[in-house]
Amino acid sequence: MTVLDASDRSIIRATQAGLPLVAAPYAAVAAAVGLTEAEVIARMTAMQDRGVIRRIAVAPNHYALGMTANGMSVWDVADDRISELGARIGALPYVTHCYQRPRALPDWPYNLFAMLHGESREEVEGKRAEVASILGPACRGHDILYSTRILKKTGLRLRDE
Amino acid sequence: MTRPTRTVLPPEALDPTDRAILNALQDGFPLTLRPYDDAGAALGITGENLIARLARLRDLGAITRFGPFFDAAAMGGAFCLCAMAVPADRFDEVLTKVNAHPEVAHNYERTHALNMWFVLATDSPEGIERTAEAIEGETGLKVMLFPKLEEYFIGFRVQA
Repeated sequence: MTVLDASDRSIIRATQAGLPLVAAPYAAVAAAVGLTEAEVIARMTAMQDRGVIRRIAVAPNHYALGMTANGMSVWDVADDRISELGARIGALPYVTHCYQRPRALPDWPYNLFAMLHGESREEVEGKRAEVASILGPACRGHDILYSTRILKKTGLRLRDE
Repeated sequence: MTRPTRTVLPPEALDPTDRAILNALQDGFPLTLRPYDDAGAALGITGENLIARLARLRDLGAITRFGPFFDAAAMGGAFCLCAMAVPADRFDEVLTKVNAHPEVAHNYERTHALNMWFVLATDSPEGIERTAEAIEGETGLKVMLFPKLEEYFIGFRVQA
């Protein structure tokens, strides 16, 4: 666990809704939190190096971009192949949220989760077959779970202190 | 930030440069004095143009967010994917009890015996276990925990 000081936390609070769309965004953040631009850049660089900031990036809206169908595919992959095969599956252009997770035997034998996106259920099913062929005999079984309803969706927010 | 809309954009809403931005900016963004100029240069556009396009993509709903993605675990908190097998005749009652916990971020109904899948986001690792136990106590149903062991991230790619 990484210790964050008050200045780090103020930068997190100032940027968690998004990075300002201005020519010098770190100067804008600096002005908002009472630090210098150089200090904001240095602290954000350090946070990125420590993994507190995973990346600074856009999050595409799959649905708006036509990927209206998605399924949570789950796979039982041999433990000695999971790192190599997980990286290959995560690199596929239609895959997001690709994770190794623990099995929960006997009910749940699956240890690789990968969200598959497509323009239709049929397309997602086709991608499921592609993933199955990449995994080959290293995969002992799989399933795909489609979402039927969004029951709750809220963003993560660091609480104000 | 605008909320993601459940509307599909017409294909002509995005030009090739917009698509290149969507792909390139999933991988990272510079921590420099003029980062839009630097990221724009790699895409063959000015920083000013990149800012205008990002604002438009956001307003259109093509992107849900642009900025730093923080790791809950590295900040001392925790995330955990959880699942429950909820009997159909108790679904609404259980849903109300689960969603009442502010730690429950996303919650989806899915096609499986494990039919309720949600993410717990807590400000300490102990918070996951505590919240899961509270839900089990309130509902009498088992909460299965699927914490991530490893992430294989590359990102989603749009047709350029």
